[in-house]
Amino acid sequence: MFTNFSLIHVQVLLGGLVWTVVLSLISFFFGGIVGFGLALAGISKSRWVAKPIADYVALIQGSPVLVVMFVIYFGLPILGIEVGSLAAAGIALVLFSSSYLGTIWRACLESVPKTQWEAADCLALSYWQRMGFVVLPQAIRIATPPTVGFMVQIVKNTSLASVIGVVDVTYVGKQVNGATFQPFTTYLVIALLYFCLCYPLSVLSRRFERVYSVNRR
Amino acid sequence: MSIVVKFDNVHLSFGASPVLRGVSFEVHKGQVLVLIGRSGSGKSTALRCVDRLERINDGDITVCGRSISDPNLDLRALRQDVGIVFQSYNLFPHLTVEQNITLAPRWVKKLSKAAAREQARQVLCQVGLEDKMDAYPEQLSGGQQQRVAIARSLAMKPKVMLFDEVTSALDPELTAEVLKVVEDLARGGMTMLLVTHEMAFAARIADRIVFMHQGRVWEEGPRTLLSDPQTPELRTFVGSLH
Repeated sequence: MFTNFSLIHVQVLLGGLVWTVVLSLISFFFGGIVGFGLALAGISKSRWVAKPIADYVALIQGSPVLVVMFVIYFGLPILGIEVGSLAAAGIALVLFSSSYLGTIWRACLESVPKTQWEAADCLALSYWQRMGFVVLPQAIRIATPPTVGFMVQIVKNTSLASVIGVVDVTYVGKQVNGATFQPFTTYLVIALLYFCLCYPLSVLSRRFERVYSVNRR
Repeated sequence: MSIVVKFDNVHLSFGASPVLRGVSFEVHKGQVLVLIGRSGSGKSTALRCVDRLERINDGDITVCGRSISDPNLDLRALRQDVGIVFQSYNLFPHLTVEQNITLAPRWVKKLSKAAAREQARQVLCQVGLEDKMDAYPEQLSGGQQQRVAIARSLAMKPKVMLFDEVTSALDPELTAEVLKVVEDLARGGMTMLLVTHEMAFAARIADRIVFMHQGRVWEEGPRTLLSDPQTPELRTFVGSLH
């Protein structure tokens, strides 16, 4: 028999939400590191660096995250590489978020006026001094609103991990639905939980946009 | 007198359009050389080549004994010898005046924080802005920003200073305050290479004047050149300014 949807189910869902958050943090953290590398490579003057990176980014952005997840989860074991579901989901999401963060950040670096790069060069600053003291502080200001906005996409996309068996809030939701057979209530609660994670990020993004457009310093 | 900057038959094209077509001239130590000419005559480009912001296609430029087309050129050493001031100031908007000035001395020349600060105070005094240490660029007028930019270059103790139309973005009053700073520097014996449209100013401070036309040195001479042009092109150019 089915049980009624109750507080105990909400608790179970919250347990799943922990993994949604963990997966989001993994995607953002490692995606950010890889994405930063992609952004730097993307603005490289050498075509031998910039072009392959641009092609790779286009490839990742042109494939559904879910399919990339399947390739890693189901495909790699055929080559003899066993990957757990959490690892497979993590890798796919890192590939996804790094390619988009790389593109966003590359655009932000490029929007720092060329004259600023030149002024830094003319003062004999090294590559990393120029980046760290002149370009990045100005690029970060530009990058913050779209980056925070993109974190919303990362959080929502973690739900795909449930398909390959990561016990996130969506996966737990399917089980709760199986036990209660109250899909409307169950999935509304899940949607609400995602909303509670995403809405603060959206608000934050809008606030940064306002702050940085008023105060350019 | 020793030669600080030497252009030797310099050629440069942007794509198919030639910008510099065999430019040669020399700047000696302590000299002020002023480049004049119409927009598009290649004078700003020539200036930018000295700091290797543009790469030349043929010929050579020697700066403080270094050939800028040497494949083993130490670019950062070259740029420590050369100070450049741009038309659009290019101060770092997120840093205070003091931070703008001390950034390179601290990280490139490895000065201590106190020494760099003291030096910033000195160069700001030189341009008459010692009370603006803690201001941000956006709080300053265009003329003040340009003087800070000059101070920022001076703090690196360059052997030669390049000025690329440094007053073109300023109104006459602000132009005067910037030109005064440049003139003081010239009187102080700084080796300078200047691109300017201020002819009266050029005639006052130049040791040599080079008139560029269609990517070539069309006419060259002492500061009296402007009152006694030899070619019809320079005569037209000088005439068009009055």
